[in-house]
Amino acid sequence: MKMVKNAVGRMVPTEINGEKVVPFMGVGKHRPTGKKHAPNISTAIDYPADGDKRAPSLKEALLKSGLKDGMVISTHHHLRNGDLVANQIFDIAAELGVKGLVWLPSASFPCHKDIIKHLESGVIHHIEGSMNGPLGRFTSEGKMQGTAVLRSHGGRYQAIQDGEVQIDIAVLAAPTADFFGNGHGLDGPSACGGLGYALADYQYAEKVIIVTDNLIKFPCIPMQIEGNYVDYVVEMDKIGIPELIVSGTTQITKSPDRLLIAELTAKFCDAAGLIQDGFSFQMGAGGTSLAIGIYFHQMLKERQIKARFAVGGSTQYSSKMLQDGCLEYMLDGQTFDLEAVRSMRENRLQHPAISIFHAYDYHSKGNFTTMMDVMILGATEVDVNFNGNVVTHSDGYMLHGIGGWQNCLFAKCTILPVPLFRNRIPIICDEVTTLVGPGELVDVIVTERGIAINPKRQDLIDKVKDSGLPLKTIEELKAEAERICGVPQKPEFTDKVIAAIKWVDGTIIDVVRQVKGS
Amino acid sequence: MTLIMKEHKVKTAYAGQHERADRSDCRIALSLKKSGGLDITVNSKVKLLFEKAIRKTLTDGLNVFSIKHADVTIDDNGAPDYVIMARLEACIKQLADTELLFLPEQLKQNMAKTCKDHMRRSRLYLPGNTPKLALNAGLHSGDGIILDLEDSVAPNRKDEARLLVRNSLRAVDFYGAERMVRINQGERGLKDLDAVIPQHANVILLPKCETPEQLIAVDERIQSLRKVHKIKNDVWIMPIIESAMGVIRAYDIASASPNVIALAIGLEDYTADIGAPRTKEGKETFYARSVVVNAAKACGLQAIDSVFSDISDMDALYENVCASKALGFDGMGCIHPRQIKVIHDAFAPTEKEIEKARKIVDAFKEAEKKGLGVVAVGSKMIDPPVVKRALRVMELAGKEV
Repeated sequence: MKMVKNAVGRMVPTEINGEKVVPFMGVGKHRPTGKKHAPNISTAIDYPADGDKRAPSLKEALLKSGLKDGMVISTHHHLRNGDLVANQIFDIAAELGVKGLVWLPSASFPCHKDIIKHLESGVIHHIEGSMNGPLGRFTSEGKMQGTAVLRSHGGRYQAIQDGEVQIDIAVLAAPTADFFGNGHGLDGPSACGGLGYALADYQYAEKVIIVTDNLIKFPCIPMQIEGNYVDYVVEMDKIGIPELIVSGTTQITKSPDRLLIAELTAKFCDAAGLIQDGFSFQMGAGGTSLAIGIYFHQMLKERQIKARFAVGGSTQYSSKMLQDGCLEYMLDGQTFDLEAVRSMRENRLQHPAISIFHAYDYHSKGNFTTMMDVMILGATEVDVNFNGNVVTHSDGYMLHGIGGWQNCLFAKCTILPVPLFRNRIPIICDEVTTLVGPGELVDVIVTERGIAINPKRQDLIDKVKDSGLPLKTIEELKAEAERICGVPQKPEFTDKVIAAIKWVDGTIIDVVRQVKGS
Repeated sequence: MTLIMKEHKVKTAYAGQHERADRSDCRIALSLKKSGGLDITVNSKVKLLFEKAIRKTLTDGLNVFSIKHADVTIDDNGAPDYVIMARLEACIKQLADTELLFLPEQLKQNMAKTCKDHMRRSRLYLPGNTPKLALNAGLHSGDGIILDLEDSVAPNRKDEARLLVRNSLRAVDFYGAERMVRINQGERGLKDLDAVIPQHANVILLPKCETPEQLIAVDERIQSLRKVHKIKNDVWIMPIIESAMGVIRAYDIASASPNVIALAIGLEDYTADIGAPRTKEGKETFYARSVVVNAAKACGLQAIDSVFSDISDMDALYENVCASKALGFDGMGCIHPRQIKVIHDAFAPTEKEIEKARKIVDAFKEAEKKGLGVVAVGSKMIDPPVVKRALRVMELAGKEV
């Protein structure tokens, strides 16, 4: 395999799974040209005039969609770890003797570990998406036939739009749907909130199958999925396990150390003048992020000011901010708990579902993300050049997907609140195991032992230098971590590339190699 | 040099813990043998990254004790070096009689001394045998941390805990918190001192103190250890009054040594001793608390209140601290880092108090400048103790004077 050095100094191949790929050229340097990819022209008269597109079973729908060897099958992760649909698709493919499929999930979860047997048997050739937990371990051990391709949520949209990946069949779970194929996630036993991530799939796939366990009479409103793009509707008993789809309630961290990180992050944002009337922010649903949100909420309340909008995962805490009038709009990409689902259902004007297209897509005419004032993200590792890793652990195993992480780096101030070490493993290192995000886009690292600001952000340094916050250089933080933990040895890899990490523009920013001895 | 093997029949020694929740700890099994060299098995959550380091630490340790032939198995959950070292030494000392030590590097900041009237509003209790709680303990801005060898350590773990606490005093950065150790009672407590005094502990907490003699015995051992180990820093003593007799002898205890810096009260044991259930209102302990405050103040010492055990109820904690402050207490124990801020907030002087103190301090400085012997605010004469209190208020409020 021919390897070249890309713009961040990583050796990457020029070909993945037999297709030519472009090495990362630098942020904003790669511009695909030409026309966007499009599925074949369809004609309304080929579809039932009574609007009833139901197929008797998923198997029937897949057969009617022309399922055959080598196809690209896409699915969506809004049912998260409670998803009962994706595994069934490949069980059916195995039963039919189909081989060499490409699975294109927007994310995978531990519930998808059964996919491993289809990777072993060759039903699936490789995965393009995210490989979390057991699938990641399997892939890291070099057991997948093809090479995995990891993309950000926005990168997935980009790849679908510019034709880098062409979906043959999209199978989308809809917690509520009608027979025409309109669907949403607000009601039904498997309610999950927004279905915003599925937009690219149903607009660009050759065939679209909607699977639901809550079929209602036409019309299904709101049309988070528009039936005009849908070929078949399949009704089944159960598409998901509710308690694994959304948690009853997301909870802020109880760990005093994580709370300290959250408090320092909030204080930093305040000292840097980021918390202002009309500001915007995005954060995840992890315990530390939620705690940061609570600190933001307190500040807004005390000062009687409002955040104009928040993007991303919604929770009971963001819903409370909406209710209190501390937040005007929650633009929701993912809905993480039942209270947030309720908020979206009852308050559609202030809490609408949006698509990744709006926030993250490289081929969109602008992104919401670049407008965001405060962006809170995580990382498994950060190096002294502020490069970040979210897919592999320091021991070399690939256990996470990219999610929207790369896309979010484009916000005005990107902050990574991370512990300085996890279980003796320093998070800040000389060189990240896998370079997923270039350091030029990472502004601030907040740890329980100090805050490091990227020297490129002199403006931020100037703003907080007299704040009394524990400001350190990233090298000082690294030294502190190594004093406590010791210097870890480097994991060893074979030469085999097991996964390619795509940048938001479709270029290869890094690869993951097989862990040696696995 | 050869080790003198203990006579008893133990063949394999164990130290440390390896349950899922025991992050930053490890369990070591050691058996000595006559030949065959060192056979080290490493099972670790961080094996891919730290196997070499773990092996080196174990080999270095066995070398210190001149052990050439042994089977060692470590089940590790991300323990830092100083923990592995303590666990290994604990194993060795079960099997052999030796005065040798296997010490981690001494952090400079852990040789710092503290003054007699160091702020002691909050002091965070850390179970002495639980390393995961110690690593980040100093980050929460408590005035002090207590490495506890007494009630939080199971009786059969006392020896290994002592070594772990000793190593923590050298190797864990507590970020400026005063480093205290609560020792055991009696002979075991004196053994604890042998381990921790050479490591620059700032304060020794003496639990269930009932007589001045107990305190003097501890003080004498401390002073002789200071001499032997050439420890220049003062080592302060904070006796904890936890019984009816202790309350009666509070003044005698407080005045038994110039090294006593505070009297603390422990109400769980005290209420058990007097046979009254402990209530939220605390009527049953009002007398004891007042006596302890009074005895402490009679000797110019700080008075430190008992811990508040409901870690989920911060409002009740705040009320409790305000009540303590009103009785004359200067500080309180904490059992969770989140309690520290609440305690500091409650002990902080009010705006009104600060304003008043500021006026007094300004007048005092003015008088000093002019060489006047008498301080006055307006037409009111100010006595020296009032100035002293005003200075303390400013200090508590973190204000410049």
